[in-house]
Amino acid sequence: MTPLTYVRAAGRADALARVESGARFLGGGTNLVDLLRQNVEQASDLVDVSLLEGIIRETDGGGLLIDASVRNAAVAAHPLVRRRYPVLARALLAGASAQIRNMATVGGNILQRTRCMYFYDVEGARCNKRQPGTGCDALDGFNRYHAILGASDQCVATHPSDMCVALAMLDAVIHLSGPEGERSVPLTNFHVLPDAAPHVETVLKSGELIAAVELPPPSGAVTNAEYRKVRDRSSYAFALISVAGGLALADGRVTQARIALGGVAAKPWRATRAEAALVGVAPTPEAFLAAIRKELVGARPLSGNDFKISLVERTVVAVLTALSGAHA
Amino acid sequence: MAIRVNGTEVARPEDARVSLLDLLREHLHLTGTKKGCDQGACGACTVLLNGNRVLSCLTLAAQADGSDVLTIECITGDAGDLHMLQQAFVEHDGLQCGYCTPGQICSAIAMAEELRRGDPSYVTLDIAAGTQVVTRAEIRERMSGNLCRCGAHNGIVEAIEAMLAETAA
Repeated sequence: MTPLTYVRAAGRADALARVESGARFLGGGTNLVDLLRQNVEQASDLVDVSLLEGIIRETDGGGLLIDASVRNAAVAAHPLVRRRYPVLARALLAGASAQIRNMATVGGNILQRTRCMYFYDVEGARCNKRQPGTGCDALDGFNRYHAILGASDQCVATHPSDMCVALAMLDAVIHLSGPEGERSVPLTNFHVLPDAAPHVETVLKSGELIAAVELPPPSGAVTNAEYRKVRDRSSYAFALISVAGGLALADGRVTQARIALGGVAAKPWRATRAEAALVGVAPTPEAFLAAIRKELVGARPLSGNDFKISLVERTVVAVLTALSGAHA
Repeated sequence: MAIRVNGTEVARPEDARVSLLDLLREHLHLTGTKKGCDQGACGACTVLLNGNRVLSCLTLAAQADGSDVLTIECITGDAGDLHMLQQAFVEHDGLQCGYCTPGQICSAIAMAEELRRGDPSYVTLDIAAGTQVVTRAEIRERMSGNLCRCGAHNGIVEAIEAMLAETAA
């Protein structure tokens, strides 16, 4: 780690002013401190925004507003989150460990970087995300954990967040504060696919800070939803793939389906084609399989991860089947 | 401001790069807290920050300024003897080499408080209701951030069950 300064932001305006001169925002540090120590990233000045006021409150419309500095553990334990958005609590609790969830902030979770081992291997591997234009050693390397959707010949890394998969499924909106004012971006548009520039991971502009995440009021498929994560060990591991699914049923038919996938792309993947295919059909395992296959038509597996296609299929079918049983 | 470590105020290090773990071990010579991986993968460095379990390797010491840090050195029984969980680790073979033990003990003590608050875990059936029965699966999930390379996990879970039973009685 190169020498750096540390200062605590006195408030959001103070944080924005300090970052204008080149400092980096620091959340819980569970990812950034590690990246700095491993020299994957460099910073000369850190502005700690993890101690800014962080609360969870209801919006006028019946949704929920979660400040970016709220810790992951606090979100998962919050009564309103657990009662109205249990799928979000479950996704949060699927991530990392209790210790890390106590530290990690909501904003930091959204901005966490890939766990591709070639990205981390500063001395030994080429990585277009870490150092644009150098190449990608994951393409023909150990790519069991890598993307099957939306990747490019420049980068096949995945976004590691569990929380973001649930947020994508919930139609969450991210509120940003920046030097040019405030704006809002749907979470599903916040992360970008790698294309030719995998070092660009989000639409966040220079100097912008994630201020809060807003959840729309729970309705339809959101009230009957679940998160399931598949990994190499049963806890404290990043996802091979994960599924946030929600299902609304009436008169034996699907009226609304929501499906978001984790571990398959550089962003949480909202499976809109599969969702559209399910509206109006009877909730059967065969229908669920046919729907998710429509989504996976565009999948491009690598040398070591073609298993992810059938794993996604089976997990989606399992989640939706369980949800259709609960409210059949 | 200052960092209160086991009740004693210490100045935050001048070098902002110093982790809370290195502050404890190298500056304060509180070597009970262990450095395993130094990258958030093993849990050996677990301490309590304002009562919550955190990884001291990924916490900058500066981030703990103004906070209370409790380490294994201040965990004792009422009479200054072993804490009931430490005694249970001895009785249930919750360790072999002992390197992960301080982290396991700190982690489990905080976990008991999370259970008391009713916080759910990934394996809790009803997220809204919280954990109703503390099964072994619950303990294993909640302690998954603390690895034991000796493989003493079964003894660790038994020791924690013994502590929870004793405090519930």
